[in-house]
Amino acid sequence: MQAAHAHEHGHDDHAHHPSGIMRWVQTTNHKDIGTLYLIFSLTMFFIGGILAFGIRAELFQPGLQFWRPEVFNQLTTMHGLIMVFGAIMPAFVGFANWQIPMMIGAPDMAFARMNNWSFWLLPPAALLLVSSFFVPGGAPAAGWTIYAPLSTQMGPGMDLGIFALHIMGASSIMGSINIVTTILNMRAPGMTLMKMPLFVWTWLITAFLLIAVMPVFAGAVTMLLTDRFFETSFFDAAGGGDPVLYQHIFWFFGHPEVYIMILPTFGVASTIIPVFARKPLFGYSSMVYATASIAFLSFIVWAHHMFTVGMPIAGELYFMYATMLIAIPTGVKVFNWTATMWKGSMTFETPMLFSIAFVVLFTMGGFTGLMMSIAPSDFQYHDTYFIVAHFHYVLVPSSVFILMAAGYFWLPKWTGHMYNEKIGQLHFWMSVISVNILFFPQHFLGLAGMPRRIPDYAVQFADWNMVSSIGGFIFGVSQLLFLYIVIDTIRGGTGEKVSDEVWEDAHKHGLEWTLPSPAPYHTFTTPPDVIPTEHQ
Amino acid sequence: MNEELNKKNAKLVRNLLFVVIGMFGFGFALVPLYDVLCDITGLNGKVAGVATKEQPYLVDQNREVTVEFLTSLNESTPMVFRAETKKIKIHPGEYVTVNFYAENKTDHNLVAQAIPSISPGLAAEYFKKTECFCFTQQTFKPREGKTMPVRFAINPELPEQYKTITLAYTFFDNTETSLKK
Repeated sequence: MQAAHAHEHGHDDHAHHPSGIMRWVQTTNHKDIGTLYLIFSLTMFFIGGILAFGIRAELFQPGLQFWRPEVFNQLTTMHGLIMVFGAIMPAFVGFANWQIPMMIGAPDMAFARMNNWSFWLLPPAALLLVSSFFVPGGAPAAGWTIYAPLSTQMGPGMDLGIFALHIMGASSIMGSINIVTTILNMRAPGMTLMKMPLFVWTWLITAFLLIAVMPVFAGAVTMLLTDRFFETSFFDAAGGGDPVLYQHIFWFFGHPEVYIMILPTFGVASTIIPVFARKPLFGYSSMVYATASIAFLSFIVWAHHMFTVGMPIAGELYFMYATMLIAIPTGVKVFNWTATMWKGSMTFETPMLFSIAFVVLFTMGGFTGLMMSIAPSDFQYHDTYFIVAHFHYVLVPSSVFILMAAGYFWLPKWTGHMYNEKIGQLHFWMSVISVNILFFPQHFLGLAGMPRRIPDYAVQFADWNMVSSIGGFIFGVSQLLFLYIVIDTIRGGTGEKVSDEVWEDAHKHGLEWTLPSPAPYHTFTTPPDVIPTEHQ
Repeated sequence: MNEELNKKNAKLVRNLLFVVIGMFGFGFALVPLYDVLCDITGLNGKVAGVATKEQPYLVDQNREVTVEFLTSLNESTPMVFRAETKKIKIHPGEYVTVNFYAENKTDHNLVAQAIPSISPGLAAEYFKKTECFCFTQQTFKPREGKTMPVRFAINPELPEQYKTITLAYTFFDNTETSLKK
């Protein structure tokens, strides 16, 4: 292995790798692969954003302006698929690749070559997915959940989508196996499980979730394929199947999948907030147990996504109460973040601003989730803009904001350059204001009865849709600032040389801050002696 | 990387791969599990796909249940399909026969399957059909129209709260599938 090789020669800050494009194609270095994941996900984030722009432009006014209805459905479907499988999930894998080995004092990921393969499966999968726009019948248009029977009746675009999901699933499973193995077997001596930073903990649990549910999803889309081509009738009522079965299988995967996107978010927030509050994280072990409880509960609540399919009252009640139970460990987390900030010497650099916004806005998204867990009320919210507002609150100002925070937080460590704080703060304020203009009115639209996934609507919904669209346009444009900052920081940023710990006293919070800035190509080829134990 | 770590890693990966394969299988195991659960609980208004024997019930003259009939066609199945009786009131336990009319609108043979669904779902187990065109696939000659009977009774054990039961049929065009077989 490359790491061991470098170790023999005793020069670990020195990279030998092919230059040019082959460096990136052949690389087995966790930092290179992390960078590749992050570039990929940022690209997909902008592609998904352009699709969202198409959606909001159409909904700016009632009536059909830009798209035929079937194209509009392709836009919403592809926006969802690209953002979930192309942007948010790979972005967290990117951070995991960069950070986990540095946080636990390991030289690299456990399976460096498999790591390369997990990444390089993604670009072909993304190409397959996006190219479905150009086949007869267009891209998948059944919603990101690709419910049967819509998905069994669509044109060849659906097949491209299904194959892309298969490949992305395989990539996720390989990445997760790698992460679990790295965390369980490669920790530096003295780095016990209960000393690991929470980002590592949340990723360990997330990786187990992925390993457990991705294969179920692979099974579900395989059934779609055989229904489409091999005359099986898993979901085809004419042959004795049942479309509702697809919903059950999908959400058995889908609900843990939602937490796959939010648990690493919790991990990053729990890493950033203590640094800027200059206090240890409040309630470290309760954070670990809360994360594990949320992960466990995610397996037994799936049917709250389908309260309206006609379940018997006992089923509705069970799923309703089980879902409400999730609010308890989640509440523990929000309490702990708040308690960490309580009486801390807080400063408000961009990563902290994004993290505080996350705590506030995620809590709002969580509350609307609690509203919808009430089965009788859910009949009103189901498939309206209220659900759209809910899950965007827990994905955009939560997962995406924390991804931005993580970028601002670790980019100086990775590049050795400081980002431009002024533009960073401008990016934050533009984002946090516009994201609320974008998604808050969607609560009103949903409560008033506007269904989701429609290109045209009754005129009573016109005003709030226009407001929401304006917010969307501002939010979209603001993200160009982030792109600018990332490029600018890599190229030298403010020119200010950052110290090894980058943020004041950060060395107490994690091993990565004891390394030089920029982080050398190979790190911890010999395990570190000192393990920071700031958290109790 | 040392030998011991490699061994440890390989063992962990093997175990994790078993989980992956196991969960892939579990996804498929959900299919029969779901059918069994629906059978036991009568979820989704799934009804028996075969005729029940006509057994005499004690007719409950004291109450009436409204039975509504709905018909629909899947996608663009080229048929006419309607219930000749839209709605009847019957006493639980009494046997009645209602007629449905279906017609092939094409110039070729058509094989179609009707799929029933009963709402509310939990009433499905009390709905006893002794004769139905939905038990088998129906073959229609070009332009042929058929009147098809459904004979049923409602088990008098039906709980009091069910005043209206809706029986819905959807016709699916199975011509292509049945030609291949």
